Amino acid sequence: MTEIRVIREELPPARPRRRHLLSIHDLTREDVERLLATARAFEHASQREVKKLPTLRGRTVVNLFFEASTRTSSSFELAAKRLSADVMSVKAAGSSVDKGESLKDTVLTLDAYSPDVIVIRHPSIGAPQLVASVSGAHVVNAGDGKHQHPTQALLDLYTIREELGRIEGVHVAIVGDVLHSRVARSNIQALVLCGARVTVVGPPTLVPRGIETMGCEVSTDIGAIADADVVYVLRMQRERMQAGAGYVPSLREYTARWGVTPERLRPGQKVMHPGPMNRGVEIDPRVADAPASLIEAQVRAGLVVRMAVLYDLLTHGPAAVPAAAAVEVA
Amino acid sequence: MIPLFAQDLPGEDVVLRGARVLDPAEGVDAVLDVRVDRGLVAGLGLGLAANGHRVVDGAGLVLAPAFVDPHVHLRTPGREDEETIESGTLAAAAGGYCAILAMPNSEPVVDSAAVLSSLVERARSEAVVPVGFLAAISKRQAGEKLTEMAELADAGAAGFTDDGRPVASPALMRRALQYSPVAGRRVAVHCEEPSLSHGGQMHEGVVSAQLGFAGYPSLAESVMVERDLAIAAYERQPVHLLHLSARESVEALSRAQAAGVAATGEVTPHHLCLTDEAVRSLDANVKMNPPLRSADDREALLGGLRDGTICAVATDHAPHARHEKDVPFEEAPFGVTGLETAFAALNTHLVAPGLLRLETLLERMSAGPARAYGLEPPRIAVGAPANLVLLDTESPWRVTEDCFRSRSANSWLLGQTLRGRVRLTMAAGRVVFAA
Repeated sequence: MTEIRVIREELPPARPRRRHLLSIHDLTREDVERLLATARAFEHASQREVKKLPTLRGRTVVNLFFEASTRTSSSFELAAKRLSADVMSVKAAGSSVDKGESLKDTVLTLDAYSPDVIVIRHPSIGAPQLVASVSGAHVVNAGDGKHQHPTQALLDLYTIREELGRIEGVHVAIVGDVLHSRVARSNIQALVLCGARVTVVGPPTLVPRGIETMGCEVSTDIGAIADADVVYVLRMQRERMQAGAGYVPSLREYTARWGVTPERLRPGQKVMHPGPMNRGVEIDPRVADAPASLIEAQVRAGLVVRMAVLYDLLTHGPAAVPAAAAVEVA
Repeated sequence: MIPLFAQDLPGEDVVLRGARVLDPAEGVDAVLDVRVDRGLVAGLGLGLAANGHRVVDGAGLVLAPAFVDPHVHLRTPGREDEETIESGTLAAAAGGYCAILAMPNSEPVVDSAAVLSSLVERARSEAVVPVGFLAAISKRQAGEKLTEMAELADAGAAGFTDDGRPVASPALMRRALQYSPVAGRRVAVHCEEPSLSHGGQMHEGVVSAQLGFAGYPSLAESVMVERDLAIAAYERQPVHLLHLSARESVEALSRAQAAGVAATGEVTPHHLCLTDEAVRSLDANVKMNPPLRSADDREALLGGLRDGTICAVATDHAPHARHEKDVPFEEAPFGVTGLETAFAALNTHLVAPGLLRLETLLERMSAGPARAYGLEPPRIAVGAPANLVLLDTESPWRVTEDCFRSRSANSWLLGQTLRGRVRLTMAAGRVVFAA
């Protein structure tokens, strides 16, 4: 820890404190580069026999999950633990939310314990903003409705960078239900921010008009993935086919038209999926399990990227160097 | 005569000195004194004697016919925590209004003479500004069965609407228009095709695509506007279109008017001043139905207001309890308050930058909405009841939560500094607000 302070004194003065990560929109390209470099330093540390770092000892992280999640909640919890923070996980089910407590009151209650970070997953757009407005903690959006999922986008950038060696100029095709996907929105923003080329592909009923204003190309033809370096497959949510919604006539027709199959891929193309997968719907099991699939790498990246996000918010600033130093200290 | 209800108090004696008296309909635009004797305008001239009257100095101010708000939610009965007839009319007085029309979507709905009569009674004991009560078109606003419109009119209904909801069935809408002459009152419609707006949180466009919100397309309004105008044309009955938001709606209204349909329309201050870009803030106080739309829609609304296609500014004053708006945007109810800020907002955002003439704004806030429902338009003329507003068009003020008479503070203008203040309001011959 002493060494970190020494190194930080030699660094240029820190920029104004960035308090929250609510949207990719909050980040500059330099922020993204710094976070990815920090994550990489943590990845080196994770390869050691003792994986825990003392960096956030004495800090408190609250994970507040109002929606089902395996990857995001487990990786945030483990990320905080790997950095020696105290972690408290609160799920809506079984909490006072069941008794009708409002989000604001739940957050005020937890805020009384003075947490350093609140990580929130919520089905409604705007929930993380509300938490940020009533809590003194740093707030990390772990997914709000169909709006944003910034740490997913960061871990996807990390995965692409590790696999392809770069992000700039990489062509990513995002396939599926773009309309209802926070992952798609955060990824388009993040990829465009880092100079990648993005094409979204899906049925016209599931690609919102105006999405091209985010800097991507749009196609309704699955053939458009042929040109991509990375094919990013979105989860097809079954509830979208319910009566009254009817975005596509049937899952069968969706799979026939837009399912990502070995036949539709060419050698060398990488495949990603944010999970959880519907095998046989949006993604052919043979694709999911093929060596070209980066799905497991994404999960591994999720841990180190979330460590980097927590670290960055709590220590702030050009973090790659001190992060590396922290690894040495450990 | 469309009935309005308020406390029955004697008219006052007032002399308003030296204001610029502006009543385009009466052809008045001059610095004059106005004398009010026992609540009636008794004289306009220079150097009028005080005669023991209350004297108000209007130097540097504008004296205009007071405003009429054709679209207010008083939340009574049912949600008196959000607004009452008393607090709502105090807010109206502070906003320069001499008459307001209250919407019937309360709990219970104003769909029977019994509910309406209890409101009339309350208004007679606590309304500071005269209130007209609109009654529902359909029982419980369920869109199935007409209310007893004739009996409701006899009990004091000022008109009919299912506001808050569309009349989804074209057959019921047709019956309502066919039957409305029996009641002698106008029918007003909230135009929304529910299968198209279903689940929509904001205008469907670039911003909703970027933010991920379920879209409420302008089409959901305009197809219903077209339908209701077609029914009104077929039945040769007047119809009033509530809170228009989309360009296509304004264009359809204009075409119908040109074809001779007696259709009128209203627009809110927030639709005239904001676009869907405001939703990027995720502030629940920019969530309303219909939603804020694109810059092009706003342009068309402003054009319609200028050329008279849209004859009325309506606040759609919709008070909500703080804890109901203090939630994530997606969970918040639709609606914002507006009675106390309408003039200042429009003066600041439209008149000051040269987008709308002051004279036009004053007409669309007063005589225009009165005509839409067949009310007597407020005017500054000898013998007319004193319905007057004294306006300071320059003075800046900051909108804060504690400045409202309304019981709710869910204003889209919180934190903004506005230009223009109401200094005095006279409604039905009495000074109901002075600052």
